[in-house]
Amino acid sequence: MSEIRRHTLSVLVENAAGVLSHVTRFFSRKGYNIESLAVGPTDDASVSRITIEVSADDAAAEQIINQLRKMFSVYSVKELPRKTSVRRELVLYKVKAEEPDMRNEIIQIVNIFRASIIDVSLKTLTIALIGDEDKADAMQNLLKNFGILELARTGVVALERGESTLVDETKENKEFNLGKNMN
Amino acid sequence: MKMKCSQVLMECLLEQGVDTVFGYPGGTILNIYDEFELHGYGEKIKHILTSHEQGAAHAADGYARSTGKVGVCFATSGPGATNLTTGIATAYYDSSPVVFITVNVPEALIGKDAFQEVDVTGITMPITKCNYLVRDPETLADVVREAFAIARSGRPGPVVIDIAKNVTLTEVDFESLPLSEHAKSGRLGKRLRRSENNLKAPEPDGEDIDKLLTMIGEAKKPLVLAGGGVIRSKDAVPEFIKFIEKLGAPVTTSMMGIGACPCDHPLYTGMIGMHGTRASNIATTKCDLLIIVGCRLSDRVALAPQHFAKKAKIVHIDIDRAEIDKNVKTDHHIIGDARRVLELINAKLPKYDYPGWREEVFAQKTKVAPASSGKATPKEIIDIINKYTDENTIVTTDVGQHQMWVAQYYNFKLPKQLISSGGFGTMGFGLGAAIGAKIANPDKLVIHCTGDGSFRMNYTEYATAKYYDVPIITVLFNNRALGMVRQWQALTAGRRFSQTTLDRGPDFVKFAQAFDFEAVKVSTKEDFDREFAKAVKSGKHYMIECDIETEDLVSPMIPGGAKSDEFLLD
Repeated sequence: MSEIRRHTLSVLVENAAGVLSHVTRFFSRKGYNIESLAVGPTDDASVSRITIEVSADDAAAEQIINQLRKMFSVYSVKELPRKTSVRRELVLYKVKAEEPDMRNEIIQIVNIFRASIIDVSLKTLTIALIGDEDKADAMQNLLKNFGILELARTGVVALERGESTLVDETKENKEFNLGKNMN
Repeated sequence: MKMKCSQVLMECLLEQGVDTVFGYPGGTILNIYDEFELHGYGEKIKHILTSHEQGAAHAADGYARSTGKVGVCFATSGPGATNLTTGIATAYYDSSPVVFITVNVPEALIGKDAFQEVDVTGITMPITKCNYLVRDPETLADVVREAFAIARSGRPGPVVIDIAKNVTLTEVDFESLPLSEHAKSGRLGKRLRRSENNLKAPEPDGEDIDKLLTMIGEAKKPLVLAGGGVIRSKDAVPEFIKFIEKLGAPVTTSMMGIGACPCDHPLYTGMIGMHGTRASNIATTKCDLLIIVGCRLSDRVALAPQHFAKKAKIVHIDIDRAEIDKNVKTDHHIIGDARRVLELINAKLPKYDYPGWREEVFAQKTKVAPASSGKATPKEIIDIINKYTDENTIVTTDVGQHQMWVAQYYNFKLPKQLISSGGFGTMGFGLGAAIGAKIANPDKLVIHCTGDGSFRMNYTEYATAKYYDVPIITVLFNNRALGMVRQWQALTAGRRFSQTTLDRGPDFVKFAQAFDFEAVKVSTKEDFDREFAKAVKSGKHYMIECDIETEDLVSPMIPGGAKSDEFLLD
């Protein structure tokens, strides 16, 4: 078994009930926990994009990808390597900010990270940050000192850099589609 | 035309050319069953009422496997649907095209733990090619059309359509469409348009074929392995035989591939794997090119995947891209329908011959255990079945020792002659499958081989076989034990026969007679010969119980995980 590492999978699926649970089932069957999952419609309302982060060994990841690709409700699957993809996540932090100097310090951190404050109360600040996981983790480390009351992450969404897209005609895509052909 | 969805469903079945449905009614599905009477659909579609939903599922599966047509099975909600699940999984593992139609509770009750409510699509998700819950009456016809297309296309498989009960009562506009028009509209049309974006020609890749031809040109010891894909692919067998005869290399099959080439063909080395022949298994360790056609290399074939065909370049031909490199790492693959790929190969393949290599392979002989007592041995019984039957025979089996004996000794000549649960290994499959196969092939002789353990699981389907006058011959190998598990216990668990001794009847002859079957118990080969001849001649419902030795083993045997030449028994 090769080494376990993080894989980012981008999956285009039919936007229908049950498809998400069908997709995630392949991961649980192999015993892998999904680290992050983001789902939303695409420019075509009948198609959703699922971005999945999973820690798995390469062979298992490949098998999961192959089994996903043969599903009728899955249109396309691709692993997006870190180096050749852009990745973003939205994180919301609700932080304790009871004293004015604490408040100022937090605002400075927010500015440095180019995050934004989206809600204020007498005792708290709610911050929104967009970035990759490293940036989100760094911010979290700093805010920890003030006291994080709540944290919500959307999960990573990613796209390939450059011109290539998920539905590019590759030999492999052609092979999987041949099996789904109904003529 | 305005009609209720229960009628729409019947019309959709007629569009697909369905002539037989196997099933069992219940509270939620009663509107659909009413159509057999109310609008006379019972005249056009024969409904076979089984004793249990599992029997119906296996019968629809047997119907599908023996014809290549899509089998259809009905069941009600809750326990009706869950009783199907073993049958659905059996069809899924052996790529058999069956459409299962269940009706769930009305939409307003779904999710409320109503009486006989269960999440059918959730339960069947891992064991179907695709499944649907129909809540919108307008989509029903579309869904049924797509479901049948998916079940029979590509790598075939089961599809489940679960319909909310209120939908079956709702009136919609319905226009019947000929089958050839289905792909032009609706969901199916949309799916095909989508895949066309990526798919210029649904054809195997020419360069991949050329690469295989080069590899064949370089090989000195090629071996061909056929699986169930060659049986499922329409008209693939003649191309396959043309291929092997041009190649002149030894040929083996998995159990699901039996019938891809006649068992008495001079190139056939017999079945491969755990209970395969010495010749087939040893050949995989020595070959330098292994050409696999439509076989998924399960753990019963490639027992130790990392050592499987270690000296060979492995080429995998399959319609399902997800099977490539799943179990065994391959060197080259070709994706496509077996018939089409073989056709393209045959068009360019020169004639080869490997007399030395063939001699080396066929020198490996499998020993046959001699009779240890006066009782007939399994091989003697199957030899007698061979004597009285021809290629116009379908043999269904259950699971265990008798299944392996049939696979090893029966002289199969054609595809679809053997109907057996290979992947899922479902005990109790054979009787339902025999009923389905006989209904689909009334002119063929259908023999149901079973063991005492398997037979007891679903033998209530004798009532179905008798009522619908579906004559089948059951050959019951009674060793008073769960023989296959007992064999493992004998060889690997210190002969501790934990819970595998079946010393508790029933009296099978009386049992069969209770269902008005002709029934007889025999123990010598002479008696079996006489009774079997009588059974074949009679054309009646027959059960022959063969009293065999409990110690008869399935041989050869390679334990799971061992290399292909590490025989535990040979």
